[in-house]
Amino acid sequence: MDKNKSLKFEFTKGFIKENPVLCLLLGTCPTLAVTTGAMNAIGMGIAATLVLIGSNAVISLLRRFIPDSVRIPAYITVIAGFVTIVQLLVKAFMPSIDQALGIFLPLIVVNCIILGRAEMYASKNSVLFSTIDGLGMGVGFTAAMLCMGIIRELFGSGSVFGLTLLPESIFTPITIFILPAGGFFVFGILIALSNSLQHGKLSKKEFGCENCPSAAACSKISEKKCDTGKDGGK
Amino acid sequence: MIKTLIAIFLAAILTENYVLTKFLGICPFLGVSKKLDTAVGMSFAVTFVMVLATAVTYPIFMYILVPNGLGYLQTILFILIIAALVQLVEIVLKKYVNSLYKALGIYLPLITTNCAVLGVTILVIGKSGENYGFIEALVNSLGAGIGYLVAMVLFAGVRERIEDSNIPDFLKGLPITLVSAALVALSFLGFTGIVDKLMV
Repeated sequence: MDKNKSLKFEFTKGFIKENPVLCLLLGTCPTLAVTTGAMNAIGMGIAATLVLIGSNAVISLLRRFIPDSVRIPAYITVIAGFVTIVQLLVKAFMPSIDQALGIFLPLIVVNCIILGRAEMYASKNSVLFSTIDGLGMGVGFTAAMLCMGIIRELFGSGSVFGLTLLPESIFTPITIFILPAGGFFVFGILIALSNSLQHGKLSKKEFGCENCPSAAACSKISEKKCDTGKDGGK
Repeated sequence: MIKTLIAIFLAAILTENYVLTKFLGICPFLGVSKKLDTAVGMSFAVTFVMVLATAVTYPIFMYILVPNGLGYLQTILFILIIAALVQLVEIVLKKYVNSLYKALGIYLPLITTNCAVLGVTILVIGKSGENYGFIEALVNSLGAGIGYLVAMVLFAGVRERIEDSNIPDFLKGLPITLVSAALVALSFLGFTGIVDKLMV
């Protein structure tokens, strides 16, 4: 284990430097789909964070026992177990969030952030570090989604968290923001913003397949150099 | 009967397009749509697996899980079935239909973690309240796959135009791709209502 790593660094790197949504470009589907309101974004963020912490911890515990060749199915099974737990909890205690998230709650299983962290981090690091990494990444994911959610809800329905901030007398809601098209648009602008804040250092950023668990297949398709080195077979 | 099936098929392609209105399968939509031929190959592989996965998961859910009160195992079981199915399809194609394997093979590993496939199988079950039988479910999945193809092909065309155009620096790369995806999604809003008329 690398002594230079501090727990604080592992926790905070997910916020900005390696923000899973805005920098690593993982988990785009839920980011676009559930951010029609700030409340939904938080609900999704918390659900994903719980799964991320749980799966990172368990996969890290099992990292010496899972054979390399079947690790992806093994990870998916662990993740699916945690997703089912979270799904049942949300259904029981927060039915309104369950209604709002709908299909995207079970789809946390195939969220690339979770599989990505399992593959990139939890399979190589100790339990404590993996748990902290999961927590940090989850917080980063929630923060990015909350950001999208607030923007879209504010412009799309003139409110934040259901509280009306811009009454209809002074501001006509721009409905397009809560429609699918608005999701793509706000996300594009946010990434452009995060790019220009980093002084164009990452301005040529493409869709990040270097962090995708299926990078090996991806690199064959786009014929770009983006395999993780480890993911040779499939 | 036929009319309902056509309505379901068209609805899955146009008004309920999985990529542009439901945000499922965005990763490959943005990642593989750079060239037209890869976009088409990926879409056909997705369609193939979607129909096959629905054909397997629907009976398992309806006739094994539900009667035994095991409905909550849906998520974990479906993802395992899809993963196993994709693996199996890959092996079978490689052995017996080599030409098809060469065309679709490289996309198959990407599909396991494609949320559109899991999404279709779960959504179709959710629709069983609206009298979705096995046939309707299969037609819906086929429509979803074709809708995926339509979105991918349209978007690949748009991206090929973007390649040659002059874009402000801060929008280069992903941001302009997303903004143009927004415009394509906007155009699909125009289909709203078409299918409701067919259903009546």
